[in-house]
This record gives sequence, C-alpha cells and structure tokens, in this order.
Amino acid sequence: MEIKVLGPGCPRCEATERNVIEALSELGISANVEKVKDINQIASYGVFGTPALVIDGQVKCVGRIPTKEEIKKWLQEKNK
Amino acid sequence: MTEKNNECCCTTGGSNIMILACSGGSNVGQLTNQAAVELTKEGWGRMFCLAGVGAHLSGFVQSVKDTPQVVVLDGCEIGCAKKIFEHLELPLKNYIVVTKDMQIEKSHDFDIKEDQLEKLKSMIKEKVR
Repeated sequence: MEIKVLGPGCPRCEATERNVIEALSELGISANVEKVKDINQIASYGVFGTPALVIDGQVKCVGRIPTKEEIKKWLQEKNK
Repeated sequence: MTEKNNECCCTTGGSNIMILACSGGSNVGQLTNQAAVELTKEGWGRMFCLAGVGAHLSGFVQSVKDTPQVVVLDGCEIGCAKKIFEHLELPLKNYIVVTKDMQIEKSHDFDIKEDQLEKLKSMIKEKVR
C-alpha cells in the first residue's frame, strides 16, 4: 500500500502523518508512507488545501487532519 | 521545535471559500468566470477547477467535500455545474444562476458589462454571509 501525506510541513501535516503511522501500527498493516512537500507535486493531486492524504492514488482527505479512526477505516477498506 | 515550525504551512491561499464557475461559452458563462477570477485576485475566496470535479478526479472531488464554504456559479439554467454536483451527489448550498438570479439574457457576444460583474460579485459575497 502506498500512502502519501501532502503538505509543505507544519504541525497539522505532522499530526496527519502521526495519525497514519499510529493507525497502521494498531492495525498491523505495513505500507510505504511518503511525505510530499514539493508544492508542484502537491498541486498535481488537485487538492484545494493541505494537509491531504492519498492512499493508493486516491485522495481521501483535504485541508484537515483526518482522525485515526477515519484512517483505519480507509486502510481496512483497502486491505480487504 | 522552532517558531517557524509552529506556523501553519497549509496551502489554503488565504481563503477557505471555494468558487466554482461554469465558465461556459456565452456572456453569462464568462461572467461567472470573470467574477471568480476577480474575487480570487481580491483575496475573497479562491477559484477552483470545476473541470477537475467534473472529471471525477479524486483530489478535486474530495476538496469539494472537505471545504466548508463552496460557491457554485452557473451562467444559464442548463446548469452544467449543478449537474456535476448532482452526479457526484455533492451538496449544493451556495448556488447562483446568472440568467435566473440576475435576469441577464444569455447571448454569445461575450460582452461582459462592468455593472453586471460587480453585481454578481456582490451577490456571491452575500450568499456566503
């Protein structure tokens, strides 16, 4: 599974990444987690704001910090 | 953590209001486009790409879902922007149709009148209040 956290880097972006890592750990799922900080690369996803979360190419969340529970739900759906 | 790291870097571009214009091929379509462009330049809201939403690209669709204030502008009652929202089952809260709400006749002369533009911009601001 490929997970990307889009955001140039601020506490909100870091909180998103932390929630992703904790959700993965609690579910025992392994995935590649990448931080995308480059503005042009972020823009290529067509998001209106950051932080944004992308799971296997699908944008799941834009401009807010997703909760751990939300992330777990998305991961479980992908892992079915 | 440095002070700089405590700052929020989030790319909201100074406004969390999203403006989606049909930008259609008529006077009224171009009026929606010009109003969206000017409001963005003035720092009130930010124009976003309706074509990306219409193409069902996940970044664009999710952006609409996660943005609290979204203004949707259609030039005429064919309602292309509205239909995109219906197709994606997205809520249509702040919606303006130029021909209906401003009583401007649709034509293909592309003549945008300054007073019409200012009126539309005011109407958009009023909707989101």
